[in-house]
Amino acid sequence: MNMKSKKIRSNIITFGLVIVFYAVMEAMLVTGSMSSLMKGLLVPLCYYMILAASLNLVVGISGELSLGHAGFMCIGAFSSAVFARMVGDSIPGGAELFISVLIGAAFAAIFGFLIGIPVLRLRGDYLAIVTLAFGEIIKNVINAVYLGVDSNGVHVSLKDVKSLGLLDDGEVIIKGAQGIGNLPRNATFTIGIVLLLITLFIITNLVNSRQGRAIMSSRDNRIAAESVGLNVSEYKLTAFVISAALAGVAGVLYSHNLANLQATSKNFGYNQSILILVFVVLGGIGNIRGSLIAALVLTILPEKLRFFNDYRMLIYAIVLIVMMIMTSAPKVVAWRKMVAEKYFKKSRETEAGGKTDAKEV
Amino acid sequence: MSSFLSYLISGISLGSVYAIIALGYTMVYGIAKMLNFAHGDIIMVGAYMAYVTFTGLGLPPIAAIAVATVGCTVLGVLIEAIAYKPLRGASSLNVLITAIGVSYFLQNSALLVFGADSKTFTSLVNIPSVSIMDGAVIISGVTIASIVTCIIVMVVLTLFINKTKAGQAMLAVSEDTGAATLMGISVNRTIAITFAIGSALAGIAGVLLCSAYPTLSSQTGAMPGIKAFTAAVFGGIGSIPGAMIGGMVMGVVENLSKAYISSQLSDAIVFALLIIILLVKPTGLMGKKIQEKV
Repeated sequence: MNMKSKKIRSNIITFGLVIVFYAVMEAMLVTGSMSSLMKGLLVPLCYYMILAASLNLVVGISGELSLGHAGFMCIGAFSSAVFARMVGDSIPGGAELFISVLIGAAFAAIFGFLIGIPVLRLRGDYLAIVTLAFGEIIKNVINAVYLGVDSNGVHVSLKDVKSLGLLDDGEVIIKGAQGIGNLPRNATFTIGIVLLLITLFIITNLVNSRQGRAIMSSRDNRIAAESVGLNVSEYKLTAFVISAALAGVAGVLYSHNLANLQATSKNFGYNQSILILVFVVLGGIGNIRGSLIAALVLTILPEKLRFFNDYRMLIYAIVLIVMMIMTSAPKVVAWRKMVAEKYFKKSRETEAGGKTDAKEV
Repeated sequence: MSSFLSYLISGISLGSVYAIIALGYTMVYGIAKMLNFAHGDIIMVGAYMAYVTFTGLGLPPIAAIAVATVGCTVLGVLIEAIAYKPLRGASSLNVLITAIGVSYFLQNSALLVFGADSKTFTSLVNIPSVSIMDGAVIISGVTIASIVTCIIVMVVLTLFINKTKAGQAMLAVSEDTGAATLMGISVNRTIAITFAIGSALAGIAGVLLCSAYPTLSSQTGAMPGIKAFTAAVFGGIGSIPGAMIGGMVMGVVENLSKAYISSQLSDAIVFALLIIILLVKPTGLMGKKIQEKV
């Protein structure tokens, strides 16, 4: 089998798995055999999978460590929520959601572009800390912003509601740390899956295109890529902006799944960015399907561990450490190879899980 | 003027604590080339240890400080041996995730042992406060203790690294691990020593931090940890004077922007400053420039 048909087959498997997952979940919904806990997780599962796949584009395909993914999600969530509140009931919910997705993606992409230009000059751990700082800035600024609309237009303030100077017909939309209330809550599982499929379509197409190959060669050897005439910065920026836009889409899904949207350290802080990074690393760096599965398992796992109550996050932490040691400790990898050779007679390089040859960050 | 001065002094005090934490980050990064995300949580564990010894068992403050320091040293070495050592040679992203796992582990263990409600930490520092400028500016005992501790730590650490064999071994490992191994230096032992020192400093920092800001919960270490990490990057990660300067600048900027601009935006201002510095000088203030080889 040649490379091309192998890739196509791999993509078909990924899309097929998502559709099978959708069908199973829908079947469970229709037959009523799904717990209310699981019902509440359906839309979060979609946005976590979108986040994981899009972060994998930066970390795995482009080879840059970003810890600010939640920041882009935050931008998508807030820009689309402001839009939803501004149009109110004047347009149908479906059209509102469609435009919201475009707006969320566009705003996140603009920020991704503005931040990507200076930040992508940095390497490795420095890039990680700057993206982390960026995510925290976004969260902090949004917590301090007051935004209101009246017949004169939009008013913004960093102080309080009063200093907005709204007219009598005015309405406050973002109330500082209280966030945005009265949101439409019109995101559904089906919409989530459609957005996930679009995300996967964009990413797999990019990866298998001329541009995608250029991005990967910049990752594997920057100097060699430059010497054959590739504009490395431009390709890295492309991947970064697309990833930011997709995180924005996930943010739209997030904000349309809630009645009240607030920026806290729990939903848009660096902990969230790290959680998404955990999906990517556990799923296999550069392996889109792996990050989807990791997002699925690691979102459901803490919920399923609820009967352990207080112990569940402790168990999660231990699972994380043990998984990392089992999949990537050099001695364990060597031992597993040895066992595989002994019992299966041939060494399988893919045994190590994911793409262990992915570059160091 | 006097209020500015008191903000400045409390900023330097906060900066001293950041600097002590940042030293731990920077040493571990310089030698093991890993971002130890769990460092902030070791601060929290140290503060809890001091809390239990002092408030729980009623022992004198000096015993509490000793327990926190020694306890954190042991904890740091254990964490390194159990979680990080097996991953030596693995991709740095995997090590990063493991460190995050350790961080979750420490936070949730503390949550289980001490409960979700935050404790009020009684200050362990009983130095009297000093007033200067005819009583216009009052410097608290904790402030004095933080600044003095920071200076002592800085001097002792510099002497240790430059004058002792173990310190020289640390320099050698951070310069070139392979060559250091060939010279007969035990890399594993050197890394363990680094973790021991870094964690001991985290224990001291925990006591100072909670003496100044007396609420103690499982999340206490997270934000100071991240800020100290930023301070380390700001000053040039891997550089000890850099960590000091970075910590000081962060503390002062944070306190002044809290006082004069907006308390809500102070974190954003600190992080924005970091981004600006890195854009002008991509390896931090005192960082070494690494030439790329073809």
